[in-house]
Amino acid sequence: MTTMPDMQKKPASSGGAEVIRVENFHAAFSGRTVIKDVNFTVNAGEIVVIAGGSGCGKSVTMKHMIGLFKPAGGRIFINGQNVEEARGEARRALLRSMGVMYQSGALFGSLTLLENVRVPLEEFTKLSADAMEAICLSKLKLVGLEKAADRLPSEISGGMQKRAAIARALALDPKIVFLDEPSAGLDPLMSAELDRLILDLRSLMGITFIVVTHELASIFTIADRCVVLDAARKTMVADDSPQNLLKHPDDPWIRSFFSRGEGDNTKPEAGA
Amino acid sequence: MADASDPGAVRHCDASVEIADGRAIIRLTGHLDADTLAPLWGRVFRELRAGDGYTAIVVDGAGLDYCDGAGIGLFVELDREAKRRGVSIEFAGLTDGLSSLLDRALLADPTVEPDLDRGMSSIEHIGRATATILKDCHTLIAFVGELCATLAWAVTHPHQVRFREAFVIAEKAGVNAVPVVCLLGWLMGVIISFQSAAALRELGVESLIPTMLGIAMVRELGPLVTAIILAGRSGSAFAAELGTMKVTEEINALTTLGINPTRYLVAPRLLAAMAMTPLLSIFGTLSGLLGGYLVMASMGFSFTFYVNEIVRAVDSVDFLQGLFKAVVFAFLVTAVGCLKGLETRSGPGAVGDSTTRAVVAGIVLVIAVNGIFGVAFFYIGI
Repeated sequence: MTTMPDMQKKPASSGGAEVIRVENFHAAFSGRTVIKDVNFTVNAGEIVVIAGGSGCGKSVTMKHMIGLFKPAGGRIFINGQNVEEARGEARRALLRSMGVMYQSGALFGSLTLLENVRVPLEEFTKLSADAMEAICLSKLKLVGLEKAADRLPSEISGGMQKRAAIARALALDPKIVFLDEPSAGLDPLMSAELDRLILDLRSLMGITFIVVTHELASIFTIADRCVVLDAARKTMVADDSPQNLLKHPDDPWIRSFFSRGEGDNTKPEAGA
Repeated sequence: MADASDPGAVRHCDASVEIADGRAIIRLTGHLDADTLAPLWGRVFRELRAGDGYTAIVVDGAGLDYCDGAGIGLFVELDREAKRRGVSIEFAGLTDGLSSLLDRALLADPTVEPDLDRGMSSIEHIGRATATILKDCHTLIAFVGELCATLAWAVTHPHQVRFREAFVIAEKAGVNAVPVVCLLGWLMGVIISFQSAAALRELGVESLIPTMLGIAMVRELGPLVTAIILAGRSGSAFAAELGTMKVTEEINALTTLGINPTRYLVAPRLLAAMAMTPLLSIFGTLSGLLGGYLVMASMGFSFTFYVNEIVRAVDSVDFLQGLFKAVVFAFLVTAVGCLKGLETRSGPGAVGDSTTRAVVAGIVLVIAVNGIFGVAFFYIGI
């Protein structure tokens, strides 16, 4: 089983230890490359956004990071563990260390919000029913949904479903949380509220966030760093703070993307 | 070149192809939209391909008073035609707006044929279909193996099985199916008895109907009809439920929560179906036998005679054989339904496709396995 070399020893740019490393990652389906040559690291406590245009492979990259797909090439390490090679207890420990919120929320439709949050607790802990209920309510309170604990996902709005999904992702107090398009389909106010929630959770609980989004407002609000993927070149084109990317010296497409297409919109040729 | 303010007006567009001075000049006049383009599309390309000795195509759109996306489609195809023939093409007389739109629509490499247009030969169709069937068989066998392992896990870890969910499914798949299973079983009994009575009466052996019907219902038709109803009602429901969960990423969520979807979702369905189907089969069989008695009573046979004949013809091995088949059919129908649900792809029609496949594959599988059982039991001698 491969482990990440010199894990924990490498100084992190944000002060935290390195918790995720993506090395020469390559994703392909049915022989067709989706994204290739992706390399980046994430340090503890960072909020790293994976950004890029539609179809560039943001969600695919995230789903490989959480172990749903096997990379066509390269390796992904979380807490020093090669995700692809994690089996048995190692995989269980890996899954317990992270929380995931999917683009659709992916709440279990037949369970109430409280029962949804309780699922990971039932799977990973031997807590009593009372303890689980108290923890679930506290997680729902964190996202402002404690009064909707007994409601089904179909009975609440899309924004509330996303917040409930975040509560479920936080159920086991993971140190790493993956969010796939958290603000997709939400109005600007709800989106801003989610951004505040992410920042609060990071400052209160020290959670590392990997957020997949192409919402510029969210990127500039929450991101410490932004990994930029480009659909035309099918590769990662930048890894920097949003402010630096806005005035990227080499790539006009990146400047254009981060300035919402205004001004410089010269797109380099594929393979450039 | 704008218009179309009156949607009811009859529009015309004309096209002429003239070859002169080494150029093929296509003159378009009138109103060019999808309606007017249809009759002239074939003629333009026919005349263009019939002509010879030109090195350039000129498309003159000065006479057009309206042109929409359909017209742009004609220009794009003319551009591709020119590239295929190795001649130059020039678009003249177009408004600035139309020229700009055409610049955006012209293909970067018109000589490349999109994959979508590539037809498959019948041999390729057969090959692909065969490969798909083999792959499906391989997947099903692997999934059946996984379900066997899941059943072993359920036996060794009963406290981890979601029995509450299993009871709810048992009610839906079992209790709620009793009326339709009884109705179909009863109808089968009536029809088989009635049809066979006419033939057997001519031979004077209509008293054999209870023997024939008893063996047929207990060994074959009771379990088979029940399994077909299970495939139609519950196999489809399992595929739709799991397919919807797949589409909404709930299956992915389970996986990343460290929960095995097969144990969490499939095990309760499997246990419920395997527990309820033998009971349903008994109900269906008894209903069929009651239906048979209706025909026998109409011919003057007593209930006592009817029951005695059945008891004499059907022994406990036949009964157990029917129950065994029902359990196996329940396993297969649930396996196929859940597998098709878990294999659901994305898209609006994906769940519907999975449901259809689950029902068709479930019924075909049950009938095929019933045939295998028939042969196997014959050679075993039971």
